[in-house]
Amino acid sequence: MSSENVREVIIIGSGPAGLTAAIYTARANLAPLVIEGEPSSTSDQPGGQLMLTTEVENFPGFPDGVMGPELMLKFREQAARFNAEFITEKVTKVDFSARPFKVWVRDEMHLAKSVIVSTGAQSLMLGLENEKRFYGHGLSSCATCDGFFFKGQEIVVVGGGDSAIEEASFLTKFATKVTLVVRRDVLRASKIMQQRAKDNPKIEIKWNSQVTELFGTEKLSGVGLIDTVTGEKSKLDVTGLFVAIGHRPNTDLFKGVLDMLDNGYLKTKSGSSYTNIPGVFACGDVQDHTYRQAITAAGSGCMAAIDCERWLESQH
Amino acid sequence: MSDGIITLTSANFDETVKSSTTPIVVDFWAEWCGPCKAIAPVLTEIAKEQTGVVTIAKLNVDDHGDIAQRFGVMSIPTLLVFNNGEMKKKMVGAKGKTQLLAEIAEFIPKKN
Repeated sequence: MSSENVREVIIIGSGPAGLTAAIYTARANLAPLVIEGEPSSTSDQPGGQLMLTTEVENFPGFPDGVMGPELMLKFREQAARFNAEFITEKVTKVDFSARPFKVWVRDEMHLAKSVIVSTGAQSLMLGLENEKRFYGHGLSSCATCDGFFFKGQEIVVVGGGDSAIEEASFLTKFATKVTLVVRRDVLRASKIMQQRAKDNPKIEIKWNSQVTELFGTEKLSGVGLIDTVTGEKSKLDVTGLFVAIGHRPNTDLFKGVLDMLDNGYLKTKSGSSYTNIPGVFACGDVQDHTYRQAITAAGSGCMAAIDCERWLESQH
Repeated sequence: MSDGIITLTSANFDETVKSSTTPIVVDFWAEWCGPCKAIAPVLTEIAKEQTGVVTIAKLNVDDHGDIAQRFGVMSIPTLLVFNNGEMKKKMVGAKGKTQLLAEIAEFIPKKN
């Protein structure tokens, strides 16, 4: 199956960056095709990482805050209003070696003069041996989805960044106690979030610690910890484990195709969204390991749309 | 319901699952769950396409937590497949349509 029709632009990914690029390119009459990804319970899904959050308090224009999934729905509606087209599947393969560029969704090929890459990043898991077995049985990648099931129980959140503290705070609504397991003796989180953790009587911080083992038969019943300074081992009896230890960019599709940094993030020309291939642009978290905010992603999505539009014009 | 999806409750769960003439896929969901919202349209499509072959049902875990607890649901969305009144499969986490259809293919009688 292939489509002979060559589009002006294909956008891969549908978080704040991809959807902002869709709004801008759609309003510029470029009729973008957005290949938005497919539903999952990880942050690698249509709408991106905000789909797994609750209240977003720092997105300008929403003085009372807005729910992450609702915000992304609004982004999408706005793009659809200007006739952006959507495919709710994942891209299987790309070929940027010749123009028009080729993008496959399973065996279906789509052709485009330009491509905007906004595939984002996804949460890292611990990488423990029996981790998969406990997924949905005490181990969760989505606090907002699963916190409810831990009413009156004790749980662990791993991580020391903003998202770890956000999850821990949210989970105290349900859990009697949340132990935040932090690898070092400091938190990476912003001041306001650090304060939030310290002020919450239900949150206890376990410094210099790492989760090394998961216990339980059918359901999780405890985690094994190691003290990163003394090497001392201990056990915490908990029924829930939530992991927020950082992200990796979704760039597997582009290995050997687009230039990347050592950490896998895409390289863009400073102050722009240009990648090493003319006509292929990158925006959002897939090329940003510094700011990683919804608003910066949206801003860079706008940059990619404008770069793309001007580049297309220059090709005539 | 007009979209062909059955709403299950603590009151009608056992009877509905037992008396279903087709395999029944039960979606455990809640209003506050983003990935649950993401798979809702997928389930609606499957319900339409597989009318009379597979039944799609939804159970709100906020309102009917006892049923969720009985089947050890600790993460949503969770999809349980029942056939002849028995639980045959448990799928944790949201999935795309293609993946989901592949997961339930074993319960769909082959057309000759």
